[in-house]
Amino acid sequence: MSYELLGMTVLWIFLFGYLIVASIDFGAGFFSYYSVLTGKRQLIHSVIERYLSPVWEVTNVFLVFFIIGLVGFFPDTAYYYGTALLIPGSLALILLAVRGSYYAFSTYGSRDSKVYMFLYGISGLLIPAALSTILAISEGGYIIEENGAIAFSFTALFGNLYPYSVIILALVSVLYISAMFLTYYAAKAEDKPALEIVRTYALSWALPTILASLLVFYAIQRHNEQHFMNMLNYAWMFVLSFVFFLIAVILVWKRTNYGFAFIAVMFQFGFAWFGYGRAHLPYLLYPYLTIYDNFTNPAMAQALVIAFIAGLCILIPSLYLLLKLFLFNASYVKGMKKQKKA
Amino acid sequence: MFAYDPVLFSRMLTGLTLIVHIVYATIGVGVPVMIALAEWIGIKRNDPYYLLMARRWARGFTVTVAVGVVTGTAIGLQLNLLWPNFMRVAGQAIALPLFMETFAFFIEAIFLGIYLYTWDRFKNRYLHFWLLIPVAAGSCASAFFITTVNAFMNAPQGFDLIDGKMENIDPIFAMFNPAMPTKVGHVLVTAYVTVSFCLGAIAALAMLRGRRHVYFKKCLRLTMVCALVFSLASTLIGDLSGKYLHAYQPEKLAAAEWHFETTDKAPLIIGGMLTDDHDVRFAIKIPFALSILAGGTPGTVVMGLDDVPQDHYPPLRTTHYLFDLMVFLGMYLLLVAVWYFIADIRNRKQGVPIHKILLMGVVLGAPFSVMAIESGWIFSEIGRQPWILWGVMRTAEGATTSPHVDTMLWLFAVLYLVLTITSARILIRMFKLNPVEEEIASLGLEGGPAS
Repeated sequence: MSYELLGMTVLWIFLFGYLIVASIDFGAGFFSYYSVLTGKRQLIHSVIERYLSPVWEVTNVFLVFFIIGLVGFFPDTAYYYGTALLIPGSLALILLAVRGSYYAFSTYGSRDSKVYMFLYGISGLLIPAALSTILAISEGGYIIEENGAIAFSFTALFGNLYPYSVIILALVSVLYISAMFLTYYAAKAEDKPALEIVRTYALSWALPTILASLLVFYAIQRHNEQHFMNMLNYAWMFVLSFVFFLIAVILVWKRTNYGFAFIAVMFQFGFAWFGYGRAHLPYLLYPYLTIYDNFTNPAMAQALVIAFIAGLCILIPSLYLLLKLFLFNASYVKGMKKQKKA
Repeated sequence: MFAYDPVLFSRMLTGLTLIVHIVYATIGVGVPVMIALAEWIGIKRNDPYYLLMARRWARGFTVTVAVGVVTGTAIGLQLNLLWPNFMRVAGQAIALPLFMETFAFFIEAIFLGIYLYTWDRFKNRYLHFWLLIPVAAGSCASAFFITTVNAFMNAPQGFDLIDGKMENIDPIFAMFNPAMPTKVGHVLVTAYVTVSFCLGAIAALAMLRGRRHVYFKKCLRLTMVCALVFSLASTLIGDLSGKYLHAYQPEKLAAAEWHFETTDKAPLIIGGMLTDDHDVRFAIKIPFALSILAGGTPGTVVMGLDDVPQDHYPPLRTTHYLFDLMVFLGMYLLLVAVWYFIADIRNRKQGVPIHKILLMGVVLGAPFSVMAIESGWIFSEIGRQPWILWGVMRTAEGATTSPHVDTMLWLFAVLYLVLTITSARILIRMFKLNPVEEEIASLGLEGGPAS
């Protein structure tokens, strides 16, 4: 495998990691706020908080890691995307800032400020929308290079069906992934009332997820024919994705094996994500930038790969420890030990 | 007010983000070390007050970490959004430390999460303490890596520039550039000074308000001993930084000191005013001091600005005043720390109470130390204008050409204002609602060791 492909694969895996953990995080924030509105807060709040509190900071790092790595391996991405994405990028940043800090303010600082909960609940839904437009932009047609200057057209972006379809898919998926995870977590905590609520959320977001995926297929065919044809070449991945979707929904429907159901959800999105990514290659920005243009020099690529492997050697055991202590620790999950905040 | 210029607005927005981020980042680097120290002493001496100290600091730390994380994410992305042309060229050489920084950040984030939620989970108290080591190591390593990037911008090396592209890059050589040792040393040590004063000021303020619990005394003693050690170290490293500037960036040193003629026996200039004809008025001059700062002897020849082309001048007034302010504040902090150390010995041996003016001095040390950090950073950054990559790339060549930077500047200004005010309010509320005396009583710690 060439360094270019290796670099992109690694980054794509990290973005997938972000997709899963951030979805759980953003969705949980929204459900947490929604439960205040519907008066069911007492039922599900503790389950959500017990999961989110130790991991909220880690989520952010996945995203930063992806961006730094992308520019490290492919410096031209900074040139093309940096200039064009000033506004959407800055808006995403502001939302991330609001969400991150107000989550902490609400959890550690104030006692139940509804305003803070509203801020982090809503910003959690807007972030995937903002970030997914960047994915839409990578399909080309919105960034134009003329006479060595980069221009980005908002009217082109929002005068087109494709970005909307991606935004809808992102929103729906966030709620679906999050609800599926919370279902598993509530079941593990043996918290029946919470389980009933989040299970309903999970099932009600299942159908919209599939419909939104179909919408994206339809829109991408009209927007970037070549990418769509590439995706057809990897049709088996999307078929497998659908199979795992059915497995997940059926398991939750039958109220068994919630853990396996969530793994199926990960496979569902994994196959779709890597199928989409594989078909997107070699383009980073259609049609200007491929992974083979101005790749970082060999010495740096090698250093990055070494740093990456060394980093993983510390990261994986640490993440494992985190999961073991908070996710797979029965007494913590059930909240049986008297839990003292810091 | 002035015509739209993306370079100027990019500089302002980057500066604004960094000015806000630096406060929280400094706290983020220093506080874990102080928490570790308090917890370690607490376990070692079996003193519950130190353990409580660690716990209370950790609680407040979560709020500052949150703002530090989000402003850090902001600057990470803004590098690409505001300086795409710079990143396209230099991204090749600085990718490694940036990448390593995110790893360090990862480790810190993971173990901080574990640390905060496992206070009473382990029977062996050292196990919990050990969790803090990766947090402190991670935050210091982040500071290390990100400072090497900044050092590279001041002393770029480890590449050949061929047709505007960096070729033959040696990532390690680029990272370990001449500016790196003094920069990293100064950044780390001054962060510890700042945090010592910020935490010490909380205790001093309580004592000034007449609260007499022994907890505050212990808190003040611990933080001020740290402040003394780190202030001494930062003075030493500051001196080395002056020698570095003399050897590698004499333009910056000359601008900071309004030193126009290349001479030996150069005087150090404090305060004063600069006329448009480059005459220095009303300044205090310390003979030979600049030569001694630069090379260790009065005979050292210090390069003057006359040897520098005018279009390579950084803004002379800002640079000089900020440099003076940084040094003045640093000296103030050192003085207070020394005074406290003496007063504390007399307090122990002869029972002389700590003077109120000294307590006020410690309280003032908190904002002063933050101001020192800010003025030092702004001096260092403005002092290398007009270069973004010293001697290689001018700032104007690195900036974005986007027509919307001004709007983004206002948006971020509002965001930072709101975040700063809210985080300060929350911190104050958090500790006001839960004063230490009440927490001690509710935990049943009263009657523990008295000193």
